[in-house]
Amino acid sequence: MTRELGRATLAVVVLTAVLGLAYPLLFTGLAQVVFPNRADGSLIERDGEVVGSRLAAQAFTKPEYFHPRPSGTDPEYNAAGTTFANLGPTSPDLAAAVEERAEAILALERPYNTDLELGDIPVDAVVTSGSGIDPHISPANARMQTPRIAEERGLSTERVEELVEEHTDGRFLGVLGEPGVNVLELNLALDEENR
Amino acid sequence: MTGNGITQIALYAIVLTALAYPLGAYMARVYTGTLRLPRWLTAPERGFYRLVGTSPDAEQTWKGYAKTSLVFMGVFGVLLYLLFRLQGHLPFNPDGMTAVLPHISINTTASFVTNTNWQYYGGETTMSYLSQMAGLAVQNFVSAGVGLAVLAAVIRGFARRSAGTIGNFWVDLYRSVAYILLPLAFVLAVILVSQGVVQTFDGAATATTVEGGEQSIARGPAATQVAIKQLGTNGGGFYNSNSAVPFENPTPFSNFLELLSILLIPAAQVFMFGRMVNARRQALPIFGAMLAMFAIGIAVILPAEQHGSQVLRDSGVNITAGDGQSGGNMADKEVRHGIATTSNWAVATTNASNGSVNGGHDALTAAGGAVPIVNMFTGEVIFGGVGSGLYGMLFFVVLAVFVAGLMVGRTPEYLGKKIEAREIKIAAVGALFVPTMVLVLTAISVVTDHGLASIFNPGAHGFSEALYAYDSQSNNNGSAFAGYGALEFSSLLGSLALWLGRFAPLVAALALGGALAAKKTVPASAGTFRTDGATFAVLLVGVVVLTAGLMIFPALTLGPIVEALS
Repeated sequence: MTRELGRATLAVVVLTAVLGLAYPLLFTGLAQVVFPNRADGSLIERDGEVVGSRLAAQAFTKPEYFHPRPSGTDPEYNAAGTTFANLGPTSPDLAAAVEERAEAILALERPYNTDLELGDIPVDAVVTSGSGIDPHISPANARMQTPRIAEERGLSTERVEELVEEHTDGRFLGVLGEPGVNVLELNLALDEENR
Repeated sequence: MTGNGITQIALYAIVLTALAYPLGAYMARVYTGTLRLPRWLTAPERGFYRLVGTSPDAEQTWKGYAKTSLVFMGVFGVLLYLLFRLQGHLPFNPDGMTAVLPHISINTTASFVTNTNWQYYGGETTMSYLSQMAGLAVQNFVSAGVGLAVLAAVIRGFARRSAGTIGNFWVDLYRSVAYILLPLAFVLAVILVSQGVVQTFDGAATATTVEGGEQSIARGPAATQVAIKQLGTNGGGFYNSNSAVPFENPTPFSNFLELLSILLIPAAQVFMFGRMVNARRQALPIFGAMLAMFAIGIAVILPAEQHGSQVLRDSGVNITAGDGQSGGNMADKEVRHGIATTSNWAVATTNASNGSVNGGHDALTAAGGAVPIVNMFTGEVIFGGVGSGLYGMLFFVVLAVFVAGLMVGRTPEYLGKKIEAREIKIAAVGALFVPTMVLVLTAISVVTDHGLASIFNPGAHGFSEALYAYDSQSNNNGSAFAGYGALEFSSLLGSLALWLGRFAPLVAALALGGALAAKKTVPASAGTFRTDGATFAVLLVGVVVLTAGLMIFPALTLGPIVEALS
């Protein structure tokens, strides 16, 4: 038994040193050389300052910006504390949250889009994402917000639609996954447009 | 259910099979020692054997094999616990994480040594980079390696005649890690970084957001860990929300690869089995049975998630697929993943003992959420865990052969070996111990105040959370209805489930291998029940579904079924 323990301990030390230190250290060196921006978190700079990551939603509340999906993190859009909301399919809390968000959307968008009905709101706009920092909204969600953005920014609807299209990440090979509009990149492009 | 959704999942099954077949052939060569490698590549292997004082010729009995593997896991457990408790004083901790709480450390140690990766903690808010890479990621390699090693030994038991030994643990472990897991993980990690998975030793980044707020963005050496957590059926996320987090799974391409990785080795090991027992056709009914049960899961969850939850259907918002959205139950799901791949993932991760998620399971619909519960409850034999999936399925194979023997009135045989009382007893223990434990522990957790305190959602869904928790931990899955709280009582009860859930089937499988290795083979005759055709595949599905289905049904009626009817 002592001999068995001694061998196991040696194996544990060696495996930890190789798989747990040498491998990730060497790999990080490689990743930092080949894909430096991505390995560092796909950070986006504007005027020399980091404004966020293309892979993390951030809070947008002003009317001239596209708004991301709701977030279940604390505080919202916490990219250092991701979480699901974990509300079940019959949860009264989920029902209340969805109703509240839908009302807020109608109140926000109707001044720009008088025909907007409850049944027009795409589901991704009223439920939290898996990570709490989903960087995308569905194209339908972007379309719902477009009249507001166009009017607030004095841009044509067509121009805003063009920009949305440009910042839509499509399916892989046209088949896999779902299309999504990257909210942060789109909003930065809008700011650029208005400069 | 949309046409595109079905196409995505069909494509997944096709690519999976196409990759698994050649990988299985390669793996068979690894474990039969027929792989020819250049000397410089095998030098570390010889060094490792010298270090642990063994050689490929020094084979072990099943008992010796079991003892060595258990001692090895025990020593690793001690190291892991110390690492979590002392991480505040150790290097690679740029975000200043302090010691992990004792009960969380105990549970997490059990969880990672047993290839489960149940997480009662959030990675980016709890663990230092050292704990992640030198503790958790190492276990992701090693626990998967132990599973593969044990499987190789068990298969030798089926293949050999009148033999007293079934292999050498250290040799099988080394080869699993160095020739299968590490090369695959390296390639996957490179692709993941190219898609945007982070890999850095810098601490969290701070951004000044467009509207002037401050946002902290957690980072770390994630790609290396994410790759092996997918390939090794581990599943423990670098981040709390696992592969739903863009830094862990940024694009549809990364998602497809991570999803393939969940079932890649578990599917390949079936073909490996056929080659190692010198009867390639024997792999086909097993593979077919697994694929059929995978498809059953998809057929339930995909329409359920697309149809949406009660709350969302009643809310009046638009949940119809098409016209710029994937629609359906998008609660706790990501836009880029949508309904189809998230459903595919939920099935694959619970077919296997992976447990990673790309969307929240607690928010699944009633029928959708029942699918992972049932998948896990089979003992994760639908492809299953790396190593453990197939040795778990071999219990059912023995039981199916026994049932067939009763039907035709002959002594049951499998691969020329007589299946007798001892083998059937071992297989029954291997197949039934864990599901029994699931029901007992769930019952304990819902009749005690300490247990009830962990439940998050009200009503029947709360019961499902508890059932899911002990189902997942006992079967070494690791996924969760994640609202279930990390309280002391639940952590410790869960730790018990984790250890026993790993050891009981593992030792039973080795005992089965040992018993079969000692037997002579008898030539097949006209009365031998054929185990290489479609009939056997149907029988195998029947045995798995009846065994697991009958045991779980009463519990399902208290959870998902009540919920679906409410």
